[in-house]
Amino acid sequence: MDEIITLDYGSGGLRTAGLIDSMLVPALRNEALEALGDGAVVPFSGDQLVFSTDSFVVTPWKFPGGDIGKLAVCGTVNDLCMAGGDPKYLSLSLIIEEGFALEDLRTVIDSVAKTARLAGVQVVTGDTKVVERGKGDCIYINTAGVGTLRTPGLSRSAIREGDAVLLSGSAGCHGTAVLMARGEIPCEGTLLSDCAPLRALSAAALDAGRVRILRDPTRGGVATTLNEFVEGGSLTIDLEEDAIPVDPPVAAACELLGIDPLYAACEGRMLAIVAPESADAVLAAMRAVPGGEGAARIGRVGSARPGQVVLHTALGGSRILGKLTGMQLPRIC
Amino acid sequence: MLCEDAFRRPDGGAKLAQAIREMTADGAPVRLMEICGTHTMAIAKAGLRPMLAPGVKLLSGPGCPVCVTPAGAIDEILRISALPGVTVASYGDLLRVPGSVRGDTLLRRKALGADVLTVYSPIEAVEAAAAYPDRQVVFLGVGFETTAPGTAACVLEAARLNLDNFSVLCLLKTTEPALRCLLADPDTAIDGLICPGHVAAITGADAFGFLPREYGLPAVVSGFEPGDILYAVYRLVPMVKTGRPGLENEYTRLVQNSGNAAARQAVEAVFRPTASLWRGLGEVPDSGLELREEYARWDAARKFGFAPSPSAEAPGCRCGEVIRGVCTPRDCPLFGKVCTPSDPVGPCMVSGEGACAAAFRYGAE
Repeated sequence: MDEIITLDYGSGGLRTAGLIDSMLVPALRNEALEALGDGAVVPFSGDQLVFSTDSFVVTPWKFPGGDIGKLAVCGTVNDLCMAGGDPKYLSLSLIIEEGFALEDLRTVIDSVAKTARLAGVQVVTGDTKVVERGKGDCIYINTAGVGTLRTPGLSRSAIREGDAVLLSGSAGCHGTAVLMARGEIPCEGTLLSDCAPLRALSAAALDAGRVRILRDPTRGGVATTLNEFVEGGSLTIDLEEDAIPVDPPVAAACELLGIDPLYAACEGRMLAIVAPESADAVLAAMRAVPGGEGAARIGRVGSARPGQVVLHTALGGSRILGKLTGMQLPRIC
Repeated sequence: MLCEDAFRRPDGGAKLAQAIREMTADGAPVRLMEICGTHTMAIAKAGLRPMLAPGVKLLSGPGCPVCVTPAGAIDEILRISALPGVTVASYGDLLRVPGSVRGDTLLRRKALGADVLTVYSPIEAVEAAAAYPDRQVVFLGVGFETTAPGTAACVLEAARLNLDNFSVLCLLKTTEPALRCLLADPDTAIDGLICPGHVAAITGADAFGFLPREYGLPAVVSGFEPGDILYAVYRLVPMVKTGRPGLENEYTRLVQNSGNAAARQAVEAVFRPTASLWRGLGEVPDSGLELREEYARWDAARKFGFAPSPSAEAPGCRCGEVIRGVCTPRDCPLFGKVCTPSDPVGPCMVSGEGACAAAFRYGAE
């Protein structure tokens, strides 16, 4: 049977990784790409440049706690920050579906402007395309960004046994908020996306101690990102279920939807692997930044089960936390 | 909202597990079957199996609705999804289940242009039919007693709205005939059953009374938190050890002994029992539900035909035996090698509640 692209290929899980490994990297091979970081670090005029791009196709385009404009700035800014960069300039490409209200476009652009100011970046170039009705879903946005390298050497290969695993706040808020915003589930209370620029948070962490690697757990969530840190290597990540912050409304919504908050996307959270002697200082620095108040130490790097992430449950059991294999689909009952 | 934190508290759970280990320190392992897919997943997720080993062996039964739906039925669903003007409305779990051709799924058909609507509640399918009168909306009615009332309510609603473009492909199954079939099999060696709390909320806990009465097997109706399941095991073990089987309802916060009469009436009004094809068990008399004559207008099987081939199972796949508790997922030669959640051969690896997916995802036995 001919392989075709299904939605699973865009889930950020195993299928996405398979596509990158089997098609994109072999065809485009180079040193910067092969590092497979959130952003690439490239030499430029004797300096080191951090460069990244991201496309945004979220439905609905507006959700509690943000919209596609805010998301488009945060996504690329955060990729640059996670690569150890100081973001400077962004590009903004709009693909708009015929029939989209001008007033709504203004809302999106206002939110791009506001978030760019907050993140300390300038949008310096862009493009606008309009597609026929039915050929797009209201609006798609691509942003690319560049920045200078603030902290070199952030990489999986820097991770050591004994390192601490830190998470800057509740897992799963964005993914769950978007699912709820689709309006299929009647729900009381407000569940806000965590969508936010991570510039201040990452700078605080990098300045406070020895950070091995940073990553924002977007598609595939905390579980998939942690797997990417150790897969194929000799180290294990041991997580304490009790220590992982999950806001009660997120936990309740996930329960209702039959999804796992550890696989739901975050758009304003940061995972940091930190040298053990720096763990307390980095955690304190993260907690002192707005948006990092809920930071927690959620586990440590071990070696008992090479290449795997192991979750130690509150009851004293343990289980393997694998990568997301495809989209999370709600269960029958 | 129900977070049920009290049933997840580690202190109580650890004490129960310790007590169970003490009770089962001597003698042959106690073999308990959980017959509900949600239990299978909860056990794996909380890591309960290693906590209770080796004295208690937990086996998975035929309680995952996706897993027991045979490949031939999936083939028929895929055929119907390709008919012009048809929108298939389905719970999310079914989208990745392959039919007899590996990789051929509703998700793939959707990418090729089929109109597939993922629903959380079956009533969304009725709403879609009302909103798009030029589409034929077919709701895939899978599941057990738990999802049957919702499906019945949809048929009643479609009748009230006089909707001609809504129908149900009824693949609903009932628990008791399947359990009887399973227990009649000499390969099945179990000492007691953890009974499904959600099913019992509809049928009533008393519906499982035949297990101790006719088969001499202890049974406990259980909820789905780790504390619920540990408590159910804690109650089952002494009944097994002393040879005094009985029925207990641990899930009293949701399950009444008499169940939910209104829900059962709706099911009774719309459906009647019929023979049904189960993966692993084959055709079991009176174990399925079909629409009554009065509701034939909303029966997708009559509208579009439905003739699943019984011989469509993938070669080498042992899902049928896993479902009967005859073997564990790791006993299957395909497990983790050819068959993984991203490229599943059998439904036990696809479904969020499948025993193989649980074993693969959570590293359980």
